[in-house]
Amino acid sequence: MRIGLFVACVTDSLFPATARATLHLLERLGHQVLFPQGQTCCGQVHHTSGYRREAMTLAARFADVFSGCDLVVTPSASCAAMVRRAYPRFATRDPAVARAPRVLELTEFLVDVADTVDVGAYFPYRVTYQPTCQAPRSPRGDERPLRLLRAVRGLELVELPRAGECCGFGGAFAWKNADTSVAIVADRLRDIGQSGAEVVCASDDACLTQISGALSRLRGAVRALHIAEVLAATEAGPAPAGGR
Amino acid sequence: MPRPTHQRLPWAQLLRRGAERRPPGPPRFADVARETLEDTRSRRLRAEAGARLRARRARGRAEEPAWEAMRAEAGEARERALADLEHHLLSFEKAAETRGTRVHWARDPAEVRGIVTDLVVGTGARDAVLTSSATLRETGVARALAGAGVRPHESALADLIAALADDPPTAESRASGRHDRARARETLLRHLPGAPSDLPDDPVVLVEAARDHLRDRLLETAVAITGANFLVAETGSVVLMETEGNARMAATSADTLIVVAGIDKIVASRSDLGVLLRTWSRSATGDPLVPVVTEWGGPDRDGDGPRDVHVVLVDAGRSRALAAPAGRDALRCVHCTACLDVCPVFERVGARPYGSVRPGPIGAALTPLLEGTATARTASLPFASTLCGACADVCPVGVDVPEVLLELRARVVDERRANPVPTPESVAMRSAEWVLGDERRYAAAQATAIRWARLLARAGRIRRLPGLLGRWTEARDLPAPPTEPFRAWWRRRRAADGR
Repeated sequence: MRIGLFVACVTDSLFPATARATLHLLERLGHQVLFPQGQTCCGQVHHTSGYRREAMTLAARFADVFSGCDLVVTPSASCAAMVRRAYPRFATRDPAVARAPRVLELTEFLVDVADTVDVGAYFPYRVTYQPTCQAPRSPRGDERPLRLLRAVRGLELVELPRAGECCGFGGAFAWKNADTSVAIVADRLRDIGQSGAEVVCASDDACLTQISGALSRLRGAVRALHIAEVLAATEAGPAPAGGR
Repeated sequence: MPRPTHQRLPWAQLLRRGAERRPPGPPRFADVARETLEDTRSRRLRAEAGARLRARRARGRAEEPAWEAMRAEAGEARERALADLEHHLLSFEKAAETRGTRVHWARDPAEVRGIVTDLVVGTGARDAVLTSSATLRETGVARALAGAGVRPHESALADLIAALADDPPTAESRASGRHDRARARETLLRHLPGAPSDLPDDPVVLVEAARDHLRDRLLETAVAITGANFLVAETGSVVLMETEGNARMAATSADTLIVVAGIDKIVASRSDLGVLLRTWSRSATGDPLVPVVTEWGGPDRDGDGPRDVHVVLVDAGRSRALAAPAGRDALRCVHCTACLDVCPVFERVGARPYGSVRPGPIGAALTPLLEGTATARTASLPFASTLCGACADVCPVGVDVPEVLLELRARVVDERRANPVPTPESVAMRSAEWVLGDERRYAAAQATAIRWARLLARAGRIRRLPGLLGRWTEARDLPAPPTEPFRAWWRRRRAADGR
């Protein structure tokens, strides 16, 4: 099976450690992963901002770049959701989009396809998980990330109050409605504080940009990490100490 | 003190000038939200009320093992009604008139006001009781009656308090969180005839005081004006669902009942009604069925109810909305308000920024569908969502609100494409499309952006971004991007491996 890795633009530029962790993790579990170098963007930013025409052009390009893969894995839940939810609609107008292979978010791939819950990770910290609203299937009740985290040695998983709630990022929303977006994340930081976690992780760097951005401004004592970084950490190769 | 870097850059000034350009008309969502966020008391009340209602509904749904199947069935019932709306409306008119109900058609709010005012004035009544209804608020019936010399009396507790306080009819009061007990006491004290000055702020006593006041009005009234939850095409009957029971009481004691209802309220048959009553109740209050459900079959011939029954069918943008698939999805809405209480945006900002009688996620979808997207306010509504999807998860009739909002966003952007001068955002988005259309262009732009971003950073953090991007750093940092993006690392590693 040819597995392609798709790295979202936010991850590629701001959080390359997420992509490296994803790659290390998949390779450690014995999967061979391709990184088609023509890849740029799935079109999500354009799509959610209302620029559908531009999004469709990028979708057609995405489909073409990954057409040689049987399956695509990405550490971005919202990009996976974009391909799964919007592309079929685009494909009715542009058949080129229909060539896009199946795209799975990392934890989905691990649990559903690779059938692995214990990935052999070691991460001796107290961790909470922020569900990603835009995960391909509803995050409320999505147990996959939690199952993976529970199997990590040394990790103490603590519950996040009001578990299903959004972090307030929402792409363009974070700019167009900056005040509301900040009001939402302010309450989220309170929840994270209440959980007692020292690390908050999520399945999407977009959520983490929001949470870590607010934490950083407030000099909060919590690290924000992508779940791939947690799962990639082992006794031999711990996660970078700095976080984000 | 050194000036921030971006103020020295002319292009940043250009970007900012663009951002300050405002389309005409009422204020955008974000502008009003900035104000309502200041009202911390209301925010707290909404958060508490939201948590309570979410818990009640969760308990209610847990009592319905076949909830998902019920939702699907309810959604299909709504879809059936809207797919063949014209036919069902004509059936409704025929069945209703056979039973002696008079049916009126109104194209817009002005026609509604004209029809209702004429009907009320025609009865000679000087007073009319209005029950809580978004359609009544939408069409401005109360004010029109007052203008024609008829005193309108609000019958729902929250509406009564809002009316006494002379609040603009902007929102569903129950959900607006604008009246806590202290404010309610103050309002009742000031405006309620005969309210004792030692009125405590105990909700039970306040409700009792308002109820004494209301009861007299309800029993005396000759004219009752209500909305409707459903109009049954098969039987020509009107279904009303309430928690307080004011509408049933007012309509029973009145001689004339006037029902004002959107054409979208149609259901095809009584057999479709059962699942809708049930899913609506579970979604509105969590109960198996709300306390008071009334079905009006027409004028009463035994003298025990209204002798004259009128139904005013309101279009007001609905047929226009129905012309698009997104409109047909959104108009399935049965106005249960479940989506309001799960929405992270509504919980923070309340009803006012939506600037319409329909707040919350479904309001952000319905208002631009009904009113169009020509004003700054209506064009901003589709963007007033994080698209988190909590609304779609709880909707009892399966409205995919985020999909409708995405459709409307595309509509807003497409309408602006015709403008001779593109917005800075549109220039940025179209440039981004060109850059992302080729991996070499992308890598080059990325390298430049990383260089600039690292210049803006201090100790690994960017605290101030220029131009349009600056909204992010008003309250959040951005990490300085590492010098090597993932794709460059991948190339380096592959070269090292000799692959």
